[in-house]
Amino acid sequence: MDQNKLLVKLENAGVYRSSKWLVRGISLEINQGQIVTLIGPNGSGKTTTAKMILNILNTDEGLVKGNANKMAYVPQKINIDWTMPLRVIDFMKITSSLNNTQITESLVMTGVDKLLYNQIHSLSGGEFQRVLIARAIAKKPDLLVLDEPVQGVDFNGEIALYNLIKEISVNLNCGILLISHDMHFVMSTTDHVICLNGHICCSGSPSNVVKNPEYIKLFGEHNSETLSYYQHQHDHSHNHDGSISK
Amino acid sequence: MFDDFFIRALIAGIGIAIVTGPLGCLVIWRRLSYFGDTLSHSALLGVTLAYAFSINISLSVFIISGTVALLLLSLQKRTKLAGDSLLGLLAHSTLAIGLVLIGFLSSIRFDLMGLLFGDILAVTVEDIFIVWFGGLIILGILFYIWKSIFAATVNYDLAAAEGMKPDLSNFIFTLLLAGVIAISIKMIGALLITGLLLIPAATARSLSSNPRQMVILSILVGIISVILGLFSSLELNTASGPSIIVAALVLFILSLISFKRSGALQK
Repeated sequence: MDQNKLLVKLENAGVYRSSKWLVRGISLEINQGQIVTLIGPNGSGKTTTAKMILNILNTDEGLVKGNANKMAYVPQKINIDWTMPLRVIDFMKITSSLNNTQITESLVMTGVDKLLYNQIHSLSGGEFQRVLIARAIAKKPDLLVLDEPVQGVDFNGEIALYNLIKEISVNLNCGILLISHDMHFVMSTTDHVICLNGHICCSGSPSNVVKNPEYIKLFGEHNSETLSYYQHQHDHSHNHDGSISK
Repeated sequence: MFDDFFIRALIAGIGIAIVTGPLGCLVIWRRLSYFGDTLSHSALLGVTLAYAFSINISLSVFIISGTVALLLLSLQKRTKLAGDSLLGLLAHSTLAIGLVLIGFLSSIRFDLMGLLFGDILAVTVEDIFIVWFGGLIILGILFYIWKSIFAATVNYDLAAAEGMKPDLSNFIFTLLLAGVIAISIKMIGALLITGLLLIPAATARSLSSNPRQMVILSILVGIISVILGLFSSLELNTASGPSIIVAALVLFILSLISFKRSGALQK
């Protein structure tokens, strides 16, 4: 992996809004062919971090060094106003000029090629999510940022889409930043996990991160069902501490 | 059979409708109707200043509306006041300043109704030139930034992340809006310009299934509204601006009926 091109690098980056730091002291890098995952509780700054990488938000501290030629983004939430008539085929082309073959190819990959001429407003949540992913990969980006990309997708579809994401990182040899709650996927396919809570609590390979006391503190202090699931993951590892980046 | 002034009004009005079509779609998509209102209210101040300093009305309106637009963009980032309050504040204060200034300029004969609601008798050959020349420039720039402004309209974050420079195109779009108000104020009047932006686009919405269709249809609906409005203005001796807007409204209502009948237009 080391010989692969560095796509983006954050150095001690932070965003300050409405008299508080949304995130601070974020340092990370994403290389070609690498899948980096951000995990963390709600409001921990995952999306903010992604937006710094994508140059949507300017940093108030630190540096963003971008090296990627073509970035593609699957945002967590998109609302398209009803006043705009928009078919899937129109939506696919909003930031790049793709021909119909390219569009159909990527819609086939996410399993929604039949919806090509449907109105965006008529899609279900899961279908729209698949269209969003197809749009991003159709661009053949070298850096792909996915913010909770499988929300609303049914269980089988979820697995297929995560496999697709893994496949894309290999086939396109692109870097992927993924924000995900799905610890199964994170643990099995991610190269690097960053655990976020306003700052980087810990980071490293998935197997190391789950053993980190910071990680356990962050995900162990709550009692929701999802988090006991995290705990469950943790229960399976029995080694000593991983490295702490902060 | 028609008088020259009528032909001039027709030519100018059609020119305006071609420009308001695509801009009106963007105004609707971006939910900027009140923003457009604010700009056109401030246009009255521009007209007053044009009379006071005897400069070209369209130029003066463009400068004032453009300034108000940029002021709005920067104030929106800086104040905690809600967007609509800010718009109302600027709309009514610039309108009021314009009207107060008219009071001071008592030496000049003013047709206030004409300024507020448009006057077809006032359209000169020079106005036709301004409408078509200005309109072509506006359309040319809009065509050039279309991809970027459209992406930013669908989703700002996507556009920003994927290199479409949404801030720049927003800025340019705002100036284009001031431009369209400047070229149409004489015909349509300060209070009603937003109507010509909104109503044809709203009519086109229920008849179209993709963005391009909606733009083309709103141009067509705008042109038909102008023609119908001007003819009825001539026949009934009513002000041109309101007549055009009423014609547009009638078309809008017809489109709703046909929309209901055909059910969903979704393919």
